[in-house]
Amino acid sequence: MNTPQEQSPYKSKILETLLTKATDVIIEDTLENGMVLNMGPQHPATHGVLRLLIHIDGETVIGCVPELGYLHRGYEKIAENSTYHEFIPHTDRLDYLAPLSNNTAFALAVEKLAGVEIPKRAKYIRMIISEMARIASHLVAIGTMAMDVGALTVLLWAFREREKLQDIMDLLTGARFTTSYTRIGGVASDWTPQCTSMLKDFLEHFDENLNEMEKLLNTNRIFLERTEGIGVISKEQAIAMGLTGPNLRATGVDYDVRRAFPYLDYENIDFNVITYTEGDSLARYWVRCDEMRESTKILKQCLEKMPEGEILAHDPKNVLPKKFNVYTKMEELIHDFMLVNFGLNPPVGEVYLSVENPKGELGFYIVSDGTGYPWRLKIRSPSFVNLQSLPLLIKGHMVSDIVAIIGSIDPVMGEADK
Amino acid sequence: MKELIENKLRNQFPQAILEVSEFRGDLTFLVDKNFIVEVCKFLRDDPELSFNLLVDLCGVDRAKRKDRFEVVYHLISIKNKYRLRLKVRVDEKDCEVESLTSIFPTANWHERETYDMYGIKFKNHPDLRRMYMPEEFEYYPLRKDFPLLGIPGSLQLPKR
Repeated sequence: MNTPQEQSPYKSKILETLLTKATDVIIEDTLENGMVLNMGPQHPATHGVLRLLIHIDGETVIGCVPELGYLHRGYEKIAENSTYHEFIPHTDRLDYLAPLSNNTAFALAVEKLAGVEIPKRAKYIRMIISEMARIASHLVAIGTMAMDVGALTVLLWAFREREKLQDIMDLLTGARFTTSYTRIGGVASDWTPQCTSMLKDFLEHFDENLNEMEKLLNTNRIFLERTEGIGVISKEQAIAMGLTGPNLRATGVDYDVRRAFPYLDYENIDFNVITYTEGDSLARYWVRCDEMRESTKILKQCLEKMPEGEILAHDPKNVLPKKFNVYTKMEELIHDFMLVNFGLNPPVGEVYLSVENPKGELGFYIVSDGTGYPWRLKIRSPSFVNLQSLPLLIKGHMVSDIVAIIGSIDPVMGEADK
Repeated sequence: MKELIENKLRNQFPQAILEVSEFRGDLTFLVDKNFIVEVCKFLRDDPELSFNLLVDLCGVDRAKRKDRFEVVYHLISIKNKYRLRLKVRVDEKDCEVESLTSIFPTANWHERETYDMYGIKFKNHPDLRRMYMPEEFEYYPLRKDFPLLGIPGSLQLPKR
């Protein structure tokens, strides 16, 4: 089906692209032998199965072509062949470091399409799990970035903190990572007093522990020299390249989906949007640290404001009924049968809804033809778009800076490859 | 905001705007595919609108005999905190759209993905290769006529 290409001297298209298209930086007075270096897909510093073809001149990178698709599982095709409820477990596997916020994003998108209004308590639980996922994901980001430049202790300390959050998620959802916690119209299980006490315990010590972690890095000469001024991107370039999330805010753009297009109950919560203006790897690290502090603020407010009440909306045509009622009542049994077998019936139309994920703006674009299956479901994944600016950031730097830059962008390949 | 965008676009491009619709608060413009680059450039450069962030670009297979595909663009104005959707219709026989990479460099990978999944070609794209699938793959997997289980033999396995 492809048009036949004219005969090319290169064996593969990716090599041809690297050698003919991505070489507009010319650095004189280095060793004159240009060389192609293949990094990944199996490489500890690429955070998954990212493959980079790097054109180097001596130690200096003059061109870079990322190659994706090693983790491509065809989720958009799977989505077209499964009901909305069936697709929730697949969203866990997108950004596998923050599955709870993916669940939230997908449920919100379907609720917008079907016009379901969820109870206030469910909104607050969803906000709490999103912020918990944000802290957990940023901890991994900081830990792995520090490890990539040689500071292993930070990784261990970050994982120690994250483990406490995973325990809460385990208690709440029954799983540490494959949570599948949200339902269309609410959440699967209620927030318990034990969760509250565990979260309060975590919050009590977290600021102190984060400060300790930062002390290891903020005055560390090796860390500062390897990140400061490395991988700089300007405000205009960042917007043009479509960066979102902490990477965009590190360049000074004040754009956070929680503030720009408030969802859940974020408009009633008091928090700051963190921005730095340097746009380098160090600024991206700082944004993540400060965002975790903002997240703890949000968590504290949520715990205070969380009302009592239902966790699932009462909307029999769209929301799965409680299991007890399915077994004891006729009407609920019929609704359950219809929802499980044919799915909910949203109106014909298309919606786009995005949330602020730890990595950036995660969006779901759903085209519905009125049946229980989405006609088209597009996942706008932040890591995919953020990775696109990688060649721009790497160009002109040393080979050893590549790992620091990838660590500071914080891609997750499960999401970039869908 | 909605009226402002609509009036400005209708004044600037009287033939280009084919349809305006709104569903669940999402504003959608159906644009003639020959004008999409000019429309996007206008939306980005107009100081009052300044839709400077292309969030998403994707294809949709409508499985119709005429105008089978759609390409959908999501733009955000960071200044106005407003989101906008543009759509163009693409016929299967003339499966080509002008590339947006000259206006939004971020469109590069999105267009590669759309090409990979639907076979929609983007004119003047700097590097139109497949995004996810292998280079030798001959089909477009997100088209509605591509089976869910795949086509046996379409992916080459390593020789023993």
